[in-house]
Amino acid sequence: MDFNFTSEQDQLRDTVAKLVSQKYDFDTRRKVAKSEPGWRPEMWSQFAELGLLGASFTEAEGGFGSGPIEAMIISEEFGKGLVIEPYLQTVVIGGNFFRHGGTHAQKEEHIAGIIGGETRFAFAYSEPKSRFDINDVSTTAKKDGAGYTLNGHKAVVLGAPFATHLIVTARTSGGQRDANGVTVFLVAKNARGVTTRDYPTVDGLRASEVYFENVAVGADAVIGQVDGGLPLVEKVVDNAIAALCAEAVGCFKVLNEATISYAKQRKQFGQPIATFQVLQHRMVDMFMAAEQASSMTYMVTLKLDEADKARKLAASAAKVQVGKAGKLVSQDAVQIHGGMGMTDELNVGHFFKRVTMIESQFGNTDWHLRRFTELSNG
Amino acid sequence: MDVQFTPEEIAFREEVRAFLETEYPAELRGKYSRDEYSKEDFLLWQKTLNKRGWGAPAWPKKHGGTGWTATQRYIFQEECARAETLPIPPFGMAMLAPVLMAFASDEQKAHYLPRIIDGTDFWCQGYSEPGAGSDLASLKTKAERVGDHFIINGQKTWTTLGHFADWIFVLCRTDPTAKKPQEGISFILVDMKTPGVEVRPIITMDGGHEVNETWFTNVKVPVANLVGKENEGWTYAKYLLAHERTGIAGVARSKKGIERLREIASVELDQGQPIIRNPDFARKVSELEIDLTALEYTELRTLARESQGKGPGPESSILKIKGTEIQQRITELTLEAVGVYGAPYFRGFPLDGDNQHPIGPDYAHLTAPTYANMRKTSIYGGSNEIQHNIIAKMVLGL
Repeated sequence: MDFNFTSEQDQLRDTVAKLVSQKYDFDTRRKVAKSEPGWRPEMWSQFAELGLLGASFTEAEGGFGSGPIEAMIISEEFGKGLVIEPYLQTVVIGGNFFRHGGTHAQKEEHIAGIIGGETRFAFAYSEPKSRFDINDVSTTAKKDGAGYTLNGHKAVVLGAPFATHLIVTARTSGGQRDANGVTVFLVAKNARGVTTRDYPTVDGLRASEVYFENVAVGADAVIGQVDGGLPLVEKVVDNAIAALCAEAVGCFKVLNEATISYAKQRKQFGQPIATFQVLQHRMVDMFMAAEQASSMTYMVTLKLDEADKARKLAASAAKVQVGKAGKLVSQDAVQIHGGMGMTDELNVGHFFKRVTMIESQFGNTDWHLRRFTELSNG
Repeated sequence: MDVQFTPEEIAFREEVRAFLETEYPAELRGKYSRDEYSKEDFLLWQKTLNKRGWGAPAWPKKHGGTGWTATQRYIFQEECARAETLPIPPFGMAMLAPVLMAFASDEQKAHYLPRIIDGTDFWCQGYSEPGAGSDLASLKTKAERVGDHFIINGQKTWTTLGHFADWIFVLCRTDPTAKKPQEGISFILVDMKTPGVEVRPIITMDGGHEVNETWFTNVKVPVANLVGKENEGWTYAKYLLAHERTGIAGVARSKKGIERLREIASVELDQGQPIIRNPDFARKVSELEIDLTALEYTELRTLARESQGKGPGPESSILKIKGTEIQQRITELTLEAVGVYGAPYFRGFPLDGDNQHPIGPDYAHLTAPTYANMRKTSIYGGSNEIQHNIIAKMVLGL
């Protein structure tokens, strides 16, 4: 057992932290989020040049690191800058789909595309009525000669406006909520029959409603097994949960630092409000919540390669802890900032909104508590 | 970073497990969960460990300890919890010893440390006083220098296992003129057999006798029993408390506690189904288990920092707060799980000669007293509110 980072990993953290502090100050981020196209393609190129997009792939895969630990480090530092670019969608989700489900040819082509910065993915899985259940798929893929024809509507596909490709779950057999019969497809975003309605999200990101109307794909568009795609999707989503938890931890650290420094300078009743014990204990609770969330992020990151049940338990436990910590930290940060915490001008509200959205991404606290309970008692 | 155990660590776990299976004294088995132990039981356990060369699992080799890594200590604790061994009383082993190692004279180290390992001296703690609880620095027990001796007068309280102890380490006021309450305090070792030391039991609401009042009336103690410098005892007292807090997390015992809770909840019925199938109850167990996992990984991170030579810092207050909250919740849910059989009270029963069948399931007997008893955990070792103050001041700089 070892809880220390390698010197390469420490270096990676320094690189990302430096980039975020120099190029991702709050005002710049706010400006980028509010203007078109809503992200900075040149920033993505810089990520590629600095090796960030390849840091969570092994040398054999063409990358420079090992896997989830690098993704955790990058995600946490990106969380501190509320980074908009689709790192989670492309590197964590796209990368892990190919890593764990791709054919040799798919890996060769697409992992290289990710590391080089040319290919960006968005994960089209949720549907208007599916809520958090990834097995609940009504989008269909009908066998058509050697290939498939896709029809359906995917909801709130994050990062789709920035993507070159979509990774789509579709039903190739079975009923709408069956575990079997889900297949994962890779679809070029400019494929005929794909239309999108793009929009901003409350946390400054961009997403799309994506419609598939008789979209024809070849047999080589399938990632993983036909009809047996769900276990792969679950594994990739648990990887995404680990990275999201890390991003949340980055947000918590900024919120806590901002709150402490504000409380030290804000004076009421003739003294800094940081001297009031009632607020001190609240800030200690925020600090402890962030530390516990950070511990759980390590835990899930280190358990991503365990057997399905252990991995799912770890991911759900982490998501629950981070979800609860997120409510506590973000709500108290706004409260202790008082009226200033309510403004658009201050960074606190922006972190508040991102943390709020993370809570429901890939299943909210209640959903994961239920999954954890079912797995541990079943 | 890696949570996998190395082959050496796996072999070590097997070694510990085999030792506990074969060497843990048969007469001690089950005593921990029945909450019935005597001084002799603790001494027997200590003797057993010492015979194996494991008399001081957490100490460095140069002081006679095992020199184990943080991971080995973690494994050892897990295995002891799994086997439900008696705990090793912390007062000498985990609280006094680190202070002696850091601040005592070579003579004192050479004298006292081996006697902790071989069980010669059973220690207790003389910190709290009737008027000095959370505000420990307001303590009044005084030690006056008369020639080569201190004359100690005053009263300590909440002396855990004081009725078993041979020795007590006492915080005394040696300079009544000091400007700040934290100044003028000394850390003095006292033989409980010295005339003028009197131990009076305090019975707690669970009916048990763990804690005591300890009275000092003109107790004459050689100056050689002073640890470190006169009037600088507060530094040592705080150092001790930081060490006390890391051990206080109790992760391994809590894991075992949740395992027992799950066992009980799978046989106790609620509306005809095991209560663990009741979604409201199951949710509380899940939340508890998730919080314990978070605590476990926070402790592992702390241990990793320690293994790099950084001692336990004020962050250990997190372990104290979260660890004790979890211990309390386990007992609360266990009491909840047993339903009506939480009520019968057996301490001191059955009466001699009463051979009747016991009432209710065995595991239910102590659930209510244990729940009551565990309220102490958020009060002792610096109350959880004091731990909040420590983090606010020392970590957050508020």
